[in-house]
Amino acid sequence: MITLQSIHKTFRVAKRQAGFGRAVKALFSREYELIHALDDISFSVDDGEMVGYIGPNGAGKSTTIKIMCGILTPESGTCDINGRTPWKERTAHVRDIGVVFGQRSQLWWDVPVIDSFELIRDIYVVSESLYRRNLDELSALLDLGELLKTPARSLSLGQRMRCEIAASLLHSPKTLFLDEPTIGLDAVSKIAVRQFIKKLNAEHGTTVILTTHDMQDIEALAERVLLIGKGKILLDGTFAELKNACQSTKMLVVEYRGSAPGICAGMTLADAREGRLAITLDPSTLPIPNAIAHLAEQAELLDVSVSGISAEEMVAALYKEYRI
Amino acid sequence: MQLYFNLYFKFLGMHLKGQMQYKASFFMTAIGRFFVSFAMFLSVYFMFSRFNAVEGFTFEQALLCFATVHMAFSLAEMFGRGFDAFPLMLGNGEFDRVLVRPRNIIFQVLVTKMGFARLGRLVQAAIVLCYAIPASGVIWTWDKVLTLCLMILCGSAVFSGLFLIYAAFSFFTVEGLDLMNIFTDGGCEFGRYPFSVYGEHVLRFLTFVIPLALFQYYPLLYLLDRERNPLFMFLPLIGSLFLLPSYVFFRAGLRRYKSTGS
Repeated sequence: MITLQSIHKTFRVAKRQAGFGRAVKALFSREYELIHALDDISFSVDDGEMVGYIGPNGAGKSTTIKIMCGILTPESGTCDINGRTPWKERTAHVRDIGVVFGQRSQLWWDVPVIDSFELIRDIYVVSESLYRRNLDELSALLDLGELLKTPARSLSLGQRMRCEIAASLLHSPKTLFLDEPTIGLDAVSKIAVRQFIKKLNAEHGTTVILTTHDMQDIEALAERVLLIGKGKILLDGTFAELKNACQSTKMLVVEYRGSAPGICAGMTLADAREGRLAITLDPSTLPIPNAIAHLAEQAELLDVSVSGISAEEMVAALYKEYRI
Repeated sequence: MQLYFNLYFKFLGMHLKGQMQYKASFFMTAIGRFFVSFAMFLSVYFMFSRFNAVEGFTFEQALLCFATVHMAFSLAEMFGRGFDAFPLMLGNGEFDRVLVRPRNIIFQVLVTKMGFARLGRLVQAAIVLCYAIPASGVIWTWDKVLTLCLMILCGSAVFSGLFLIYAAFSFFTVEGLDLMNIFTDGGCEFGRYPFSVYGEHVLRFLTFVIPLALFQYYPLLYLLDRERNPLFMFLPLIGSLFLLPSYVFFRAGLRRYKSTGS
């Protein structure tokens, strides 16, 4: 169980100005700017939940994760994770969590991955039987096999990420924090990582909190989405709710034989070609079945397809709506 | 304690495995270190070939001083190498990983880097020490042996404290860290001669502020029978208390890091 209550965090950042003269001046008196990285953040996550934490760069995602991991201390507010305050009981707290920083490695560069794993086992004092069991399971699920004997420096990014995730789970943590786990991965690796996280959550009931910029990650993984912008939680709900929150423009593409059907009120012609029409419409004013019926009356339709705007476009629209 | 002991050797093994991948670099650095400190040894030699004695110390006596300080420094350097790489760790965010591991923070910083290549300096110091111990003319009774051991061990404690302060400084600033090298590397270099040769002010500074003289000059006087007071024998122990303020300073830096994240 994770509970954050009105967490505030402000950073003091030195203002840097262009020009040599100003740089010299800054040596003696520096002007500071206060940046409200987190402004009254509250949410709670139940055991076994999977939460996607999204927001534009600089919104405060990493700061929140760092606070939950015990790396940063907030100015005010409370944070309770499995009954502990992360920054007060660091050692006890971190034993129960696993952390994957997508941009940084915890594997030793020059030695085989399995050696890094054994060192992690010793750091966390994992019993030999539990370690064996976890290692066997993780290497089967993440298809590590031969990778374990390879030094981390010779792994591809996707292979390395699989090893990183395994490394964070060797001590069977209750909660897993993933900070951009799919960044820079190819499609196959992304899918492998997603499937694994899903399985982990389903089979072990591990609470998963992940930040990402990849909307497909969120779509595939998170039952619940937290949208943060300028240090505030803007939206807390399911992916479907997120979809509804933005004006859900749909794209209707029809292929027809014969003469082109005319469009009616509520439709906007996006693209017209011989035998094919692309129309955007807002289903709340013109329901899709009505739109199709209208078109079908005028021409013989060969194929109809309806698609929503992509998840990325959706979130970009949301960011715009909230002006973040 | 047992756990940390085991872990230390596990980390040691990992570093060896890693560094063996680059054998050439390993040996080159080790040999390089040997010659760097050999050059320092030569400078002592040439100094004494022109003057028979410096401040009343003979060449062999100065060598004893040189070897103890180098021994202390290279021991501290071998174990405390992690502090040296600490600014880098802060910069690339590796330190965050340390904070999410359930082990002592300073321990983890220590073991992130180990300088085996620094063995060169240690070997050099050991050779000079082996020559200086009989040549210095000291009659080695048990109390003198103890004094020498204290000088070396407490000396590495003081140097470790300096490394710790060096690391702690990087919590506050990225610039100006070189200033600290005056006391770490500089302390070793100037420690070739008994600190009294640099004058009274320097000696006082190195006694009360940064206690380098406590494990070098004063116990050396005891070794050479210039001081009979047994207090001089235990001054190195007092010097090693320097670790305490260093530790407090590091904790203060850590607290700051946790509230600023940079």
